[in-house]
Amino acid sequence: MRRVAVVVFPGTNSEVETVDAARDAGSDPYYVWHKDTDLKRADVVILPGGFSYGDYLRSGAIARFSPIMDAVATHARAGGPVLGLCNGFQILCEAGLLPGGLVRNDRLRYVSRPVRLRVEAVDTPFTNAYRKGEEITIPIAHGDGRYVADAPTLAALEAEGQVVWRYVGENPNGSTNGIAGVCNAARNVVGVMPHPERLNAPVLGGQDGARVFFSLEARDATQHAGDLRAVGGHHRGM
Amino acid sequence: MSELGIFSALWSEHCSYKHSRPILKTFPTTGPQVVQGPGENAGVLRLPDGWAVAFKIESHNHPSAVEPYQGAATGAGGILRDVFTMGARPVAMLNSLRFGSLDEARNRYLFAGVVKGIGDYGNCVGVPVLGGEVDFAPGYTGNPLVNAMCVGLLKEKDLIRAAAHGVGNVLITMGSSTGRDGIHGASFASEELTAKSEARRPQVQVGDPFTEKLLLEASLELIHSGHIVAIQDMGAAGLTSSSAEMAARGGVGVEIDLSLVPTREAGMTPYEILLSESQERMLVVAKADRVKEVQAIADKWDLTAMPIGRVTDDGMYRCMWKDQVVVEIPGRQLVEDCPVYYPEAREGESVAALRSALPASHFPLPAPGEALLRLLDDPSVASKRWVYEQYDSSVQARAVIHPGGDAGVLRVQGTDFGIAVTTDCNSRYLALDPYEGGKGAVAEAARNIACTGARPLGITDCLNFGSPERPEVFFQFREACRGISDACKAFDTPVTGGNVSFYNESPTGAVDPTPVIGMVGLLEEADHAVPSHARSAGDVVLVAGDTKSEMGGSAYWEVIQGFRGGIPPRVDLVAARNLVDFLVNAARGRMLKSAHDASAGGIGIALAEMAIGGPYQQAGMGLTIDLSNYAPSLSDADLLFSESHNRAVLTVSPDRVAAVTKLAAEHGVSLYPAGTIGAPGTLVSIKLRDGAVSYPVGQLREVYFGSIPRRMGD
Repeated sequence: MRRVAVVVFPGTNSEVETVDAARDAGSDPYYVWHKDTDLKRADVVILPGGFSYGDYLRSGAIARFSPIMDAVATHARAGGPVLGLCNGFQILCEAGLLPGGLVRNDRLRYVSRPVRLRVEAVDTPFTNAYRKGEEITIPIAHGDGRYVADAPTLAALEAEGQVVWRYVGENPNGSTNGIAGVCNAARNVVGVMPHPERLNAPVLGGQDGARVFFSLEARDATQHAGDLRAVGGHHRGM
Repeated sequence: MSELGIFSALWSEHCSYKHSRPILKTFPTTGPQVVQGPGENAGVLRLPDGWAVAFKIESHNHPSAVEPYQGAATGAGGILRDVFTMGARPVAMLNSLRFGSLDEARNRYLFAGVVKGIGDYGNCVGVPVLGGEVDFAPGYTGNPLVNAMCVGLLKEKDLIRAAAHGVGNVLITMGSSTGRDGIHGASFASEELTAKSEARRPQVQVGDPFTEKLLLEASLELIHSGHIVAIQDMGAAGLTSSSAEMAARGGVGVEIDLSLVPTREAGMTPYEILLSESQERMLVVAKADRVKEVQAIADKWDLTAMPIGRVTDDGMYRCMWKDQVVVEIPGRQLVEDCPVYYPEAREGESVAALRSALPASHFPLPAPGEALLRLLDDPSVASKRWVYEQYDSSVQARAVIHPGGDAGVLRVQGTDFGIAVTTDCNSRYLALDPYEGGKGAVAEAARNIACTGARPLGITDCLNFGSPERPEVFFQFREACRGISDACKAFDTPVTGGNVSFYNESPTGAVDPTPVIGMVGLLEEADHAVPSHARSAGDVVLVAGDTKSEMGGSAYWEVIQGFRGGIPPRVDLVAARNLVDFLVNAARGRMLKSAHDASAGGIGIALAEMAIGGPYQQAGMGLTIDLSNYAPSLSDADLLFSESHNRAVLTVSPDRVAAVTKLAAEHGVSLYPAGTIGAPGTLVSIKLRDGAVSYPVGQLREVYFGSIPRRMGD
């Protein structure tokens, strides 16, 4: 059972379902307040979705100065797994822990809908329970989700297999190369705009997002990928 | 001067309900499920396992007419605060919107601004939008309607009411500081819109959803901490209204030192401080010895909490400026001695004439298939995907049925049950017959809830009308309320509160009467929620309920024949209740694959939506229907487009048809086997008595999903 620190900034709004999804996958998740400086022996750090500090300046631009971010950076540099979901992805880019950045959607509007994704890299701590090339459906809900990076960075991301998820079919926000999620060169820091934590149970219409969290526990599981019930089966928590 | 301003605000229609109170008293408000009826910030109904649901709908029409983005955003903010001040966590929002035709640039501007305002606010706070409705009609040009509903969850034992009590307890303001925005917004909301209303833009407040999110978390933490006895939003009429109402509810006096209220700018007068409607401010009554603890919680969320006064035992509403008394009024006088009016009510003469009129018969009518396409392209009928995809519906991981179906359904984590939510009102019917239209709004809401398998529990209402000082408007109001009341009794759905919005008038006249019904229902097992769209090829399509020739007020007459008139469909409340009970029991018996209410556009639109619907990313389903033996006396147009109440289209797997048929007979509901579902992406064909309809489902989808984006220039 991995200890999963879910960092709460003022304006974070997806921390509860993120903790639920980690708990449902068999992890031991807990909240860490942004004013804290200690991750409390975390194995894994997740920055959840929301609008940290209202995102009035630029998404994630203020949150990266929060006291806890020093500890997050230290954890990341030591090779510890870090996942940024939506606003968390934006914060990791602003903090320089992931390459590139996220700007206004190409149609200048917020978009909330299920999208089709291809899992392009399964050698990360958050995707090892998927099959490479597998297509899944999970929701997006963002206004600033268009991934951009300069040409050399993009070339390196594609060459090194650092594009972790890519939109299939319709590109909902104009992201360069249809990029929905990336990882750093060391592959331990991962960011994704869609919300796997919001689609992890049949009652919600699907569970394609659940294996992001099962991936964290995969080494303890008897089966790799595939059968969720082999690992989870937890009752839904509050 | 300050005292006069206070009376002007608190005795405004918006705050006092001086024209509506005697009528509102006739609503049914009790029942075993009612925890809190009208009179509080929100109504509360009992759910299983110690849970309860708090909900309320409110208008923000006038601010949105002059400043759509901020007007709508602050409307969303206000209704969120009404719900979380009951101790409930907001878990769903719905929006009921009305605009003039999208052919006019001004209406497109208002529509786009309102939708973005609601979206930017709610998305940031993190509350999913799970339903609502948008309608376009000429009567709303110049006076759009923006009604926002919020639904919150709480444990019944954690309910907190906004009544000040405990002499010596301390009044604390928490949140944003007080500025000069929105002064006399409540009075602005209580007059007609005119050419000069543009000058009222400074009375529209500015929203800050980030501060709202902090307030939400801090307020819930305070309520659970036990350090406070009451909490209320400083909404319409600001500090004045919140403090006077809390004192009146608790039967106590209060004394406030206005010089202690944190202000945004220097030199604000007591008058301005009392009547400012700056957003994102709360008034908290803390236990006398817990002020420091309250401040510590506020500080954690980076909010200011400033003690400004105390609860007294003399029943006086007293405001000081340091040592000097600036306001001193007996508290009861402010909120209870407000005058009550009994205006004259008389039906407008033109309405009776319109009811007995028929559409002009001299021009040729289109074939049924062409009529179906034109109806699917009408923005009021067409998909609202352009709207709801700007709202986050997946946050909180609660949505079982997302917007786009009959009602939204959300789960309650840690339990098996779910909650169904909807808003409904067909103002075309109300304009012609407010009594039947009022009944119809409740009946349609109940059908929408029941189509998901949920049992209707209760309603909140947002009663949007013109000026009550005009007899024909007050007649509409009185009759609509009588209809709502009768229907609520039939469904056992008490009224738990709501909002009256009068004076919805512009130089072109009053809006159509629009009493929006917000309803919640209980689904015993959330994972058996019934969607509105067809799911599997080979399933049997059944039409439940009876179709009569009821074209008055129909979408067909309006869109195809350019005529708004006739006798609108009547609601048989016994049959309506039977259909609802049948749908709930059929869902409980796992008999239904899908269920979709037939309303505007009739069975034709209901069948088309059943085939089209489902996730946008999928292809839609084929459909083979034969209505040639259904309702033998009706014409093809009536068969497809009559809007008789109490009907739904169902899909059932072939092995459950016998069981459903038996259950329907037990409930006195007629069932007509109409056809079968075809493969994804194939033909939708409907055989009628004389003609037929046949289109690839892809073509129907293109029209239905493309209608609003095309008009908005996407």
